[in-house]
Amino acid sequence: MKFTEEHEWLRPEGDEIVVGITEHAAEQLGDIVFVELPEAGTEVSKDDECVVIESVKAASDILAPLDGEITEVNEALVNDPGKVGEDPLGDGWFFKIKPADPSQMDDYMTEAEYQDMIS
Amino acid sequence: MSDLISLPLNDLHVELGAKMVPFAGYSMPVQYAAGVMKEHLHTRAAAGLFDVSHMGQVLLKGDPRAVALAFEALMPVDVLGLPEGRQRYGLLTNDQGGIRDDLMFANRGDHLYVVVNAACKADDIAHMGAGMPGVEVIEVTDRALLALQGPGAEAALAALNPAVTEMRFMDVRDVELCGATCWVSRSGYTGEDGFEISVPEEAAEDLARALLAQDGVLPIGLGARDSLRLEAGLCLYGHDIDMDTSPVEAALTWAIQKVRRTGGDRAGGFPGADRILRELAEGPARKRVGLAPQGRAPMREGVALFADDAAADQIGTITSGAFGPTVQAPVSMGYVPIDMAAPGTIISAELRGKRAPVTVATLPFTPANFKR
Repeated sequence: MKFTEEHEWLRPEGDEIVVGITEHAAEQLGDIVFVELPEAGTEVSKDDECVVIESVKAASDILAPLDGEITEVNEALVNDPGKVGEDPLGDGWFFKIKPADPSQMDDYMTEAEYQDMIS
Repeated sequence: MSDLISLPLNDLHVELGAKMVPFAGYSMPVQYAAGVMKEHLHTRAAAGLFDVSHMGQVLLKGDPRAVALAFEALMPVDVLGLPEGRQRYGLLTNDQGGIRDDLMFANRGDHLYVVVNAACKADDIAHMGAGMPGVEVIEVTDRALLALQGPGAEAALAALNPAVTEMRFMDVRDVELCGATCWVSRSGYTGEDGFEISVPEEAAEDLARALLAQDGVLPIGLGARDSLRLEAGLCLYGHDIDMDTSPVEAALTWAIQKVRRTGGDRAGGFPGADRILRELAEGPARKRVGLAPQGRAPMREGVALFADDAAADQIGTITSGAFGPTVQAPVSMGYVPIDMAAPGTIISAELRGKRAPVTVATLPFTPANFKR
């Protein structure tokens, strides 16, 4: 599992990468009240805005961490956005992406490096 | 940040796990461990204790009739007719008919007790001093201000002094609490029954702890205070009302009693009377309304409003918006042209470059629970 400076986690699952936000990020955002997801099948480039999350405090964007195709999104979040805060590493995942260039994963932090960054 | 002012309950907030943020020059609790959503819901279900000590507390002293008439020269509001022991909402207006601040004032017999917004406090005190010759304008700097709000507020406060059960909405009286003489009003800014308690600062922590020890009372931060007042359809100064919005545009005409309107015994004679009386007679060009986004995305302050999905010209702006934890949907307020202000009218808002439908809604979003 890898981590971005924008507090996303990236978990390889077969030839796809599952993307969500870290517990640290979920805690900072506060209660999450709205999630807007991309459509499955969307081609994205690294750093494209692809998810909008609204907490009780503010709106935030989640950027695509990799070039590739969004293959599946977590539709359950539309009606139950609170899952992001309750289980950010599990049921609160946002989308799966099939990377165009899997070596882009190498640019991201390990869990130890991420823990260092937030501590 | 070093010049942020800490208030008497600062240490208690930190002990209770508050996240402290700068607000109007003060370090204030925005939320506690429970978080904004739970704090909001708890206040509507039980009782919440808010520290609002940053707000300005001001005494107006002098001959009571002269003080009332002098205050009426600054506000389109009936001050003279307010009975002793009663509180009322008021608005300081400017010469253009805009709003300098909104406030609560109470007739305390030999003086008026006024509570103003923290961000406007210094300006208000200067304005009142300059605009009311012969009236002593005294800022109270040795008292904290607590708000206890929610259906459980009466029982919690009555446990400390049962006399408060005799008070009804907008009554004000002295009440002994934790050995201190407190100035208590049955009012608040959440749409719930409750009390606001001005307490000598040396007794503030004892009183706050005694209230938090009652069944069902939790500390609530400014985050939930904002979503509670928004669901209750109440204005936040500097956002929903400001120097440019008139009380008529802001749908605050209920705060302008008949006696100050055209034909009344003390009609006019307040700053901006020309515009305000004209708008009362002819109707304003735009009006503050409730706005219910049809989707789930909150639409916050600054979101542009349009007549429909295709219209090019902006017709208004959202002035407050959030997710409403009680209504379980996004809720907003904003200004729209008067011909689009009827509840049920569907207009369009532009959020992140996309238009989405918004329905003009009746305020409040949640029914008020006052003890009339």
